[in-house]
Amino acid sequence: MKKSKVFWVYIIVALIGYGIINVLINNGTLDLYYSNLIITIMINIILAVSLHLIIGITGQFSIGHAGFLAVGAYVSAICTMYFNLPFVIALVVGAIVAGFMGLLIGIPTLRLRGDYLAIATLGFSEIIRIFFLNWDYVGGASGMQVTQMTTWTYAFFCTLATIIVILNFTNSRHGRACIAVREDEIAADSMGINTTYYKVVAFVIGAFFAGLAGGLFSHNFYVILPVQFGFLKSFDILIYVVLGGLGSMTGAIFAAILLTVVSLYLQDFPETRMIIYSLVLIIVMLYRPSGLMGTKEITDLFKFKKRSKGGNVND
Amino acid sequence: MEWLQQLINGVSLGSIYALIALGYTMVYGIIKLINFAHGDVFMIGAFVGFYAVTYWNVGFFPALIIAMILCAILGVVIERLAYKRLRNATRIAALITAIGVSLLIEYTMIYFRGSQIETYPDGLVPNTKIDILGAQISSQSLLILGVSISLMVLLQFIVHKTKIGKAMRAVSHDADAARLMGINVDNTISATFAIGSALAGAAGVIFGLYYTRIDPLMGLLPGVKAFVAAVLGGIGSIPGAMTGGMLLGVVETVVSGLGFSLWRDAAAFVILIIILIFRPAGIFGKNTREKV
Repeated sequence: MKKSKVFWVYIIVALIGYGIINVLINNGTLDLYYSNLIITIMINIILAVSLHLIIGITGQFSIGHAGFLAVGAYVSAICTMYFNLPFVIALVVGAIVAGFMGLLIGIPTLRLRGDYLAIATLGFSEIIRIFFLNWDYVGGASGMQVTQMTTWTYAFFCTLATIIVILNFTNSRHGRACIAVREDEIAADSMGINTTYYKVVAFVIGAFFAGLAGGLFSHNFYVILPVQFGFLKSFDILIYVVLGGLGSMTGAIFAAILLTVVSLYLQDFPETRMIIYSLVLIIVMLYRPSGLMGTKEITDLFKFKKRSKGGNVND
Repeated sequence: MEWLQQLINGVSLGSIYALIALGYTMVYGIIKLINFAHGDVFMIGAFVGFYAVTYWNVGFFPALIIAMILCAILGVVIERLAYKRLRNATRIAALITAIGVSLLIEYTMIYFRGSQIETYPDGLVPNTKIDILGAQISSQSLLILGVSISLMVLLQFIVHKTKIGKAMRAVSHDADAARLMGINVDNTISATFAIGSALAGAAGVIFGLYYTRIDPLMGLLPGVKAFVAAVLGGIGSIPGAMTGGMLLGVVETVVSGLGFSLWRDAAAFVILIIILIFRPAGIFGKNTREKV
């Protein structure tokens, strides 16, 4: 079967899934608790997939993803609450501002080889948190009231858009250039790939979708607090990508779903949760450094007949 | 003479950053890894010092030495258990492990003692104001500065005059060639971790003395700032880490002195961005071409 046909099959499956859950939410089978859980899972999937593009595909180590989430959350909340813009526009504005922030961080740090991005993003997310903490316009430490607007429909279509854009990017020539940068930056450079350009592009796209997730996040909980966007949030996103497999999008999605449910059960024991997470992270890195799935995709398991080796993995 | 007072305060704050930055820069120089757990070794040092002075009733200097010894052991244990297997792994695997170790230390600490703040006792060292050229300088700042500078002189002595120091320089220059020359690379790397962690432990005790409040998550921000200081001075360079740390301390004090104390923490990252744009090799770093 042709690749484009496979793509449409998946889209139809996803839309059917959307329809079923929509009906279940509307007739009350899934109560508020579960529908909230599903929306949180969708937000986490967007975050996991956007970080997967930066870490898994391009091989750049960013540990400040919660910073972009915070930018998207606050900017879109300001748009809806203070400027009365429609929710869709607020989401897009939040995402664009987050992407612009990604550009500002990415250009100086990604020119260089080495791990400067890790420190710069960590610093950026801390500064963003301190900035919102000290900005009285958005309520400072006591947080900002936000109307609940995120529905299953918004969450689903944002997630679908994120997955489609990032999947198509990965399978395009730009994506292959990013994978080349991940595998060997010097070799990629000598093959004529503009490594800085591709690293920045991947980073900005990742930041953009993190900002989109931020918009959904802020309109889901009635209130946003700067403390929600600390280092631990970045770490939560990181563990989705690492556990799922560095370079496996379906792995990241699966890990995001699994860990969101797990952390729901562990939410009364936050210290234990962090100890378990960090031990899992260390053990996975020591014994299976490519993550649980490696660069394989779960969808490879149900390959359609006569399909040549495809997907977004070319190694 | 306001500025002299600010300068002394800045330099003594900066010497804390410099002590942490030395550990970062030595480890980075030898195995090219940002040791995220370094900030947490610093935190453990602060707590060991605190328990030593409150429960065992020892003075400042014995507490400093106990903290340095325990942190050195902790550093070697971390290196042996976690980082040693990752010598040939990808950079990302090593960085992720480092973050995992960092969080593991923080949350194990919180699990066993809770996340409440502890306060260093007053009067641990005599704190009088000394009048120098019309500036009011606290004897505590001078003590901090004195201790840090002696530790740095000691480090310079170890690195340049002893056999293990020579081995460290050789391994950081070229690990394979050093191994061919009969140097035990594993032990040398462990020694680097021990020395770096001991300095971080000392910085923790000094930090406790200076700021009095310590908590299990205190390592993150000073750790990151110390890394910025190491990059500012030129990563891998020992005099660079000292200068970078001092410079960062002075800049932070000036920023708070000008009335932007809320933005003090942001200053370090603005410096990082500026240095990465204009001089990525740092003040003392050499521009080296990368070879395949």
